[in-house]
Amino acid sequence: MNTPLSSMLLVLLASFIGSFGAVFLKWGAGRLHRHWKSMIFNWRLAAGVGFYLLSSFFFVLGLRHGELTILYPMVSLGYLWTMLWSCIFFGERVTRNKFLGIGLVLAGIVVLNLGNR
Amino acid sequence: MKDQLPVPETKSFHFSSRQSVALVLLCTFFGAAAQMLIKSGANALASGSPLAMLTNLPLVAGYSLYGISTVLLVLALRDGELSLLYPVISLTFVWVTLLSLTLLKETANPYKLAGIAIIVLGVAVLGKEKKS
Repeated sequence: MNTPLSSMLLVLLASFIGSFGAVFLKWGAGRLHRHWKSMIFNWRLAAGVGFYLLSSFFFVLGLRHGELTILYPMVSLGYLWTMLWSCIFFGERVTRNKFLGIGLVLAGIVVLNLGNR
Repeated sequence: MKDQLPVPETKSFHFSSRQSVALVLLCTFFGAAAQMLIKSGANALASGSPLAMLTNLPLVAGYSLYGISTVLLVLALRDGELSLLYPVISLTFVWVTLLSLTLLKETANPYKLAGIAIIVLGVAVLGKEKKS
C-alpha cells in the first residue's frame, strides 16, 4: 500500500492550519484576566478553536487514503510551524534545545507509529 | 488587555513557568483520557446519526474532556512560551499508547517502547530549556 501525494498534501495542510490554531490560542490567552468572561468572549480563542476544527477536517480527509504510519507523524510537523510563528509573532527565541527537543519528539512519534503497523 | 470588558481593580493572575508546564501536563492527561473515551464510544456507535452520537455517553464525556484540556492549554499559554509548551502536548501520544497497552490489551513491541522513550527524552530536553 502506498500513500498518495494528495493525502500527504491534505495532512500537511492540516498541520499548517493547526499551527495557526496554536497561535490564536496563545494570542487569546494573553488577554485573559480574572474573569471567566475573558475566556468566553474572546474572539482570538474562538478563532483558535475554529482553526483546530478546520485542521481536523482536512486531517480526516487526508487519512481516508494512504498509510497511517506515514500520515499520522506528519501532523506533528505542526510543531515546527508553531516554533516559526512563535518566533515571528511572539518574539520567542529559537534555541538549540528547542530544535533538539522538537526533533526528538518528531523522531519518537515516527518510531511509535512504526509499532502500530 | 486594553480593549477588554472593564476589569475590576484586582491584580491579574500570573503563572510561573513551572506552573505552566504542570498545566500542559494536566492537559495531556485529559487529552489522553478524551481519546480513549472517544475511541470506545466510536466503537459502540451503531449509526452515524447526530442523536446516536449525542446519547453516547463515552463520546460526550470524551469531547467534554477535550474541552477541559483546551481550557488548561489556554491557561498554560497565558504566561508560558508557545514554542516550548506546544511540543509537550505530544506526551498525549505516550499516555494513549500506555493506556492502550494496559486497558485495551494491545500488544507492546520494541517500536512502541522506543518511540515512547524518545518522545519523553525530547520533552525532557524542552523542559531543561530556561524561560527567557
